[in-house]
Amino acid sequence: MDNTRRKFLKLAGLTAVAGVTVPMLGSKALAADHGGGHAAPAEHGGGHQEEAPTGVRQGLVIDTGKFHDNPGLAEKCQKVCHDYHNVPKFPTSKDEIKWIWTDKFPNVFPDHSHYKKDDRMSSMNILALCNHCDNPPCVRACPTKATFKNKDGVVMMDFHRCIGCRFCMAACPYGARSFNWRSPRGSEDGHPFIENYNPKFPTRMRGVVEKCSLCSWRTKQGKDPLCVEEANKEVEGAMVFGDLNDPNSEISKVLRNRFTIQRKPSLGTKPSIFYII
Amino acid sequence: MYDKGKVLLGLAIFLVLALSVVGYNMTAGDNKKPEPEDAKLKGYTACVKKTDYMKSSHMVLLNQWRDEVIREGKREMVETADGSLMVEKSLQNGCMKCHTSKVKFCDTCHQYASVKPYCWDCHLAPVEPTDGKEAH
Repeated sequence: MDNTRRKFLKLAGLTAVAGVTVPMLGSKALAADHGGGHAAPAEHGGGHQEEAPTGVRQGLVIDTGKFHDNPGLAEKCQKVCHDYHNVPKFPTSKDEIKWIWTDKFPNVFPDHSHYKKDDRMSSMNILALCNHCDNPPCVRACPTKATFKNKDGVVMMDFHRCIGCRFCMAACPYGARSFNWRSPRGSEDGHPFIENYNPKFPTRMRGVVEKCSLCSWRTKQGKDPLCVEEANKEVEGAMVFGDLNDPNSEISKVLRNRFTIQRKPSLGTKPSIFYII
Repeated sequence: MYDKGKVLLGLAIFLVLALSVVGYNMTAGDNKKPEPEDAKLKGYTACVKKTDYMKSSHMVLLNQWRDEVIREGKREMVETADGSLMVEKSLQNGCMKCHTSKVKFCDTCHQYASVKPYCWDCHLAPVEPTDGKEAH
């Protein structure tokens, strides 16, 4: 009996030693195969540097000062956009659908200090729209891939595929998404929600989320988005549209020369809309 | 077996009723609903694909166009089969540019085939031509 117990303990000891050491040796050999373990932290963004940009990333610079000096300009931009894209106007503000809108500084930039800000800043109406984030949380939340980032870096919606779960709305930190609680083709008290239908663009149906698409149907033809075109018609340089990843684009030049801020940068969504304050 | 007579009589009545429908169809001759006529367009020679393909598979092509345009950003125009016209890959801005009447071009056939596509829940149909002169 003693003999078998002794044998058993020896065997168990050896197994334990082998169980600890062999995987260690194995992992060292593996690490050596990959040229040492140095590349790993850099790949995982261990440093504070941004990784090198790839592909096109369309973005906007909005000069809030020019909009402040030209009251009504922001509203014109909104009208042009909403008219073209058949955005309905629901009478109750809870149901509001907005692709581009204006708000006060503390609401657009809640994580910036607005304590004792100057009068100009406090009275400013700042244009806001979908930020077309480089790291869009809405895309990750969407269970059907109805919303996705396209090759131009624009966060797009495929309305055909939206099931109306509104996860994207919960995920978006900018309130850039609106839900059609009611049918946009309906009316209330004789007032249709869409006054003049634009026959070139579809409407949405009840139960679908919608948002700005940075006029991808226009930009493909080399034109600026509607809001940019409208703003620059009256005030040159009020908005600049272009490829953020192209160092020679106009927008990159503006961003190099002017101080700009983004909305809620601390969230890590990497917005592509920049504001000159 | 109890009530043999009643059971057999009941079965006979059932069979006569059930088969009468088939019999009526066989004897009443050609009472098939007429197929909708081809909506011929004046002034156009060809569509983007052959007519047979468009009749059977236009919905496949529309879905392909949708995915190419929205997902892949391939918004270039397509040529008609005989190269006479460039067409935008779009239901509202492509198809309905030539096929200007939804009632005649879409609805007649869809009604005949008893299909209810939901295209027009969102897409806007062109204003129907009302001047009496047919677009088709």
